[in-house]
This record gives sequence, C-alpha cells and structure tokens, in this order.
Amino acid sequence: MLFGLIGKPQVETTCFGVLAEFENGAELLEAIRASRAKGYSKMEAYTPLPMHEVWEALGHTSPLPSIVLVGGLVGAAVGYGLQYWSSVIYYPMNVGGRPLNSWPSFIPVTFETTILFAAFSAFLGMLALNGLPRPHHPCFEIPQFENATRDRYFLLLMAHDPDFELERARADLAGLEPLSVAEVPNP
Amino acid sequence: MKRDEENPAHPPEKWRKHKRGQAGRPPVIAPGHTNATVTEQIAKIVLRRDTARGWYVGLAISFLGVMLLFASIGWLLLRGIGVWGLNVPVAWGFAIINFVWWVGIGHAGTLISAILLLFRQEWRTSINRFAEAMTLFAVACAGLFPLLHLGRPWLAYWLLPYPNTMALMPQFRSPLVWDVFAVTTYATVSALFWYMGLIPDLATLRDRAKSKPWKVAYGLLAMGWRGAARHWERYERAYLLMAGLATPLVISVHTVVSFDFAVSIVPGWHATIFPPYFVAGAIYSGFAMVMTLAIPLRRFYGLEDFITMRHLQNMAKVILATGMIVVYGYAMELFFAWYSANPYEQGMMQGRLFGPYREAYWTLIACNALAPQLLWFRRVRNSVLTLFVLSLIVNVGMWLERFVIVVTSLSADYLPSSWDTYTGTKWDWSLYLGTIGLFLALLFLFIRFLPMISIFEMRTLIPTGAETPEDEH
Repeated sequence: MLFGLIGKPQVETTCFGVLAEFENGAELLEAIRASRAKGYSKMEAYTPLPMHEVWEALGHTSPLPSIVLVGGLVGAAVGYGLQYWSSVIYYPMNVGGRPLNSWPSFIPVTFETTILFAAFSAFLGMLALNGLPRPHHPCFEIPQFENATRDRYFLLLMAHDPDFELERARADLAGLEPLSVAEVPNP
Repeated sequence: MKRDEENPAHPPEKWRKHKRGQAGRPPVIAPGHTNATVTEQIAKIVLRRDTARGWYVGLAISFLGVMLLFASIGWLLLRGIGVWGLNVPVAWGFAIINFVWWVGIGHAGTLISAILLLFRQEWRTSINRFAEAMTLFAVACAGLFPLLHLGRPWLAYWLLPYPNTMALMPQFRSPLVWDVFAVTTYATVSALFWYMGLIPDLATLRDRAKSKPWKVAYGLLAMGWRGAARHWERYERAYLLMAGLATPLVISVHTVVSFDFAVSIVPGWHATIFPPYFVAGAIYSGFAMVMTLAIPLRRFYGLEDFITMRHLQNMAKVILATGMIVVYGYAMELFFAWYSANPYEQGMMQGRLFGPYREAYWTLIACNALAPQLLWFRRVRNSVLTLFVLSLIVNVGMWLERFVIVVTSLSADYLPSSWDTYTGTKWDWSLYLGTIGLFLALLFLFIRFLPMISIFEMRTLIPTGAETPEDEH
C-alpha cells in the first residue's frame, strides 16, 4: 500500500478488474448501487471532481482527522519542549527578571509548530493513506481512462474480489449501459 | 478569444435558475460550460505550444527587475547595509517596510483559499489558485528583506535553534524570533496547501499533454493521481483540515508581525490595536493585489467566463470593508496618542501629521481612507478600469502606511538629541523594485506552466444537478 512497497501482496492474476465508463455522476452512482446489489464488494470509482455521494455509496471514511490531531499535539509538545529545554535547561539566562519558563512568551512559537506539524500530517497522511506517489496504475493502460481527469466517470470492479468472475463482471457492467467496458490487465 | 464563439446561445435566465435567490447578480461561472469545456479552456493556456508574444515581453521586463534585484543584493553584500538609508534612530527602514508590505499582500491568498473555503464562498474558486501563488511569491519577496537586513545573511541560520559550538540559543521571549517561526511556518504551509490543491489538476495536465516530456513532468508532480473516490474522500478531508489550519495561521502571522512593533515601547507602536489593525491591513492590501493581478489576467487570457464581474465586485466589497477597519485603526492611533496624555506619544503623532513626513501621512490617508469610499457606488464596482486604478492606489497607500508607522515613530522617540530624519537611498529603491520584478517574473512563469485556475474545483461549480450537491456550497 505505502508507496507500493508495504502491505498485502495482491493475488497473482492476469486481470486487475473490469472498468466501465459513464457519462455523468448520476449514472455512476446508479452503477455502484446496482453492483453492490449484485454482491460485488471490491470496487473503486473514478471521478473528475470530488463527489460526496460516490464515496458514501462506496461506504468509505478515513481516519485522517485523528492523524492530524495527533500531528498537531506532537507539534505543540515539540514547540513548547524546544523552548523549555533551551531556556530552562540548556541555556538558562535571566532576561529582565522574567522566569526561565516564561510560558506566555512561548505560546506564539508553540502555536506555529502545532500548525506546521498538523499541516504536514494532513498532507503526508493523505498521501500515505492514498498510497501515493504511485506513478503507474493498471487503469492507466486503458486509453479512455485519461478522461477520468476531464469529464468521465469510471467504475472498476476489482479482480481480487473473492466473488469476481471476469465474464460475469463484464456482462453485469455492460448491462448498465456504460459508454465503454474494458478489461484492465494486471501488469 | 471571445466567449460567445465558444459557448453560443446561453440565455441569461438560465443561470438565474441555478443561483437561487441571487437573481440579478453576475454568475460565478458563465453559463453553458461543462466539465470538458472548463478543462479544455484552462488547460490549453498551459499546454499550448506557442507562447503569446506579450508573455515574453512581460517576462523580459520583470526579468530586468530580477537582474536589478541581483545587482542590489550583490552591492549590498559587497558594501554592507550602509548602502541603505538606515541611521541610528531609524535602524528599521525600507527593509521592514517592504517586509510587512509583502507579507501583508500574501495574506489575501490564504484568506481566499482557506477562510472563504470554510465560509463556503463558492466564488473564491476561480481566484484561489493564483491568489495562493501570489502568496508564495509575496512571502518569498518578504523573506528576503529581514534576511538581508541581518547584514551578514550567510549567518541567518543562527536564528534557528540548534545545538552549536557557541552554546547559544535564540531568545524565545523576543517577537523577532517568533517572527522567524511564524513566517517560515507560513511559507511552508502555504506551499503545501498550494501543491496539494494542484495535484488533481496536474493529473489533468498529465492526461491532456501531447508531448512525452511534459507528460512525464506533470505525471511525476501528480504522483499518480487518478481521481479514485477513496482518494478524493481523504483529499477533501485533508484539504478542509489544511484550510482550517491555515486560517488561524494567517491571522497569527500578521499578529506576530505586529508584535515586532507592539511589544516594543517606541511611541506609536506600543498599542493594543496593532494586531487586528495589521491583520485587516494585510487583507486589505492583499485583496487589492489580487485585483491588480486578476484584472489583466482575465483580460489577456480571455478568462471572463471564470473570473466574472461577480468576483471583482465581491473583492471590491472586501476591500471596502477591510479598508474601513484600517481607517478605524488610524482613528484609534490618534485617539490613543491623545488619551495617553503622554508627551512622547502626542509629540510623535504631531510629527506624523505635521512634521517632515506629513506628505506621506496625508497621501496615505487619501489612498486608504478616501479613495476606497468610491466603492460604495455600484457603478464604481462595475467598472473594471476604475477597480484596477483603485487597487493600485490601495497598494501604494498600504506601502505608505508601513513607511509612516516605521519611520515617524523611530525618527523621533524619547531622546531629542538622537532624533534624525530618514530617506531611502537608490539602493533601497532598487532592492524594492527588484523584488517587484522577482514577484512578477515568478507569476509569469506560474501562469505559463501551471493552471492558474483550479480546474477540478471549477468542475464542482457546473450546475448539472446530481453532481453538484447544493449543500456543498
């Protein structure tokens, strides 16, 4: 999963899945619901814009907020700890009679490091959970898939679904009247 | 390019239906667009092979500015900061004025991309990308000034806390050290936010680019983005969280910048109004700069469909509102000086109004307090040319504001025997002009190689029922 290096090895098959292309988001949503009803559990949708309904239909939520919270807390601890350590332990210096641990003066830097760490957690957490960077993906072999970042909506039924059968998946997707259906080879 | 040729026949009542309760206002995106047309129209600015001659001319002129910047920095490093007009009471001159001016300009980018996102202001979508780019480039210009002001910029790493053979640590009770953390965090988070926003569009460019080298370049930057629904879900969460983090960050940054002044005891600086007054001023000047850039961009690249009059009008309203807050700040400065009953505060204020820098003060009042009042009139908000001129006036006014704050307070404080006047030298001006050149050169490169409008977010504005849920906006 992470950078394609860590995670469960995929079962050796020659087929990655079957990809159907749709004209708009409503048709895609309908296709997702129909495929779920037919018992497919491993599927992915590709859309040119973020669509709540699609990931809700796929039943997906991520733990990203907790990652960012932890990142922010670590940032706060690091920021305050750095100032405490350097002002109280490493280089204690009397500045105008203020206490060594002058906590109100330490808040701005603590705040900045909190934001910094939380922002990095959000960005890197998003990439890691998404398994990016992954410059190549089997779907990129399908010529019409380049429109996934333009104006087309795709549904992929994945071959590692235990109930997956190539011909049945092909027929089921074709029955939804997509613009095209293609088998995605597993490289 | 004429938009009527591209999208014929779109009756004006069509968009009124989509924008409920907002009939009579211009739309945030011209009617008749689809996912495909939005993608093509924005992507082709980047992907076209031939480059407009105007772009070369613009880049060449701004590159002259970059050369001027290099020359100014070179001379400065050779001779030291004595080439600037600094003297003993006025040890902060152009360097700090320009630093605050540039950082302030940068803030509008974050405001548009983060705060307006959280407030679900969908009109932000077509201006957020280049406003964020503007933030990055403005912060890069800003960062140069304190760095060069150090005198020995090659020792700038002494500002960072690291175990060293001198056994010294930064003084964490000093706002100047807070500023180091605030500005570097701001620059880093702005860059992350900007890059993250670019990822889906880089994937679009990867899929649309015709030539192999560009496909590879955009492909590497897009990191394999393919618009998977699960990816989008995490992406949207991360983006929203980043916006939520950037919002307090941007306010903290200019607050800390104002602490550089307010935590000292210099007359005119030691005032509680400074943080909100600075933040409002930053937003005010930043929106003016967004307007200064947006008006020529939409004209030359034919983007009137995406950056509509609605955007310009809304920005005009933000400028008017934040301008009024800034004026309140000016009024409070006068009030504090009088109410303090402190002869130094009062003397400083008298000097500011009627002393050697009175022209700067009254020009600033004309630019920042009087000129924007024209924006109360709908006809002014509808005139692109007037808005452009006003935005330039505001930029000048906000520069003068920082000049007045820095110079009038420092030149005459508690010890009359050390009073002195201050003027910038030609090297002060050349460095300032040089950073403007750098800023513009970076912008020219940006609009040529990256999509200046967020393509995927524009797709979300297209009214096609199922794919644009009303609750999202």
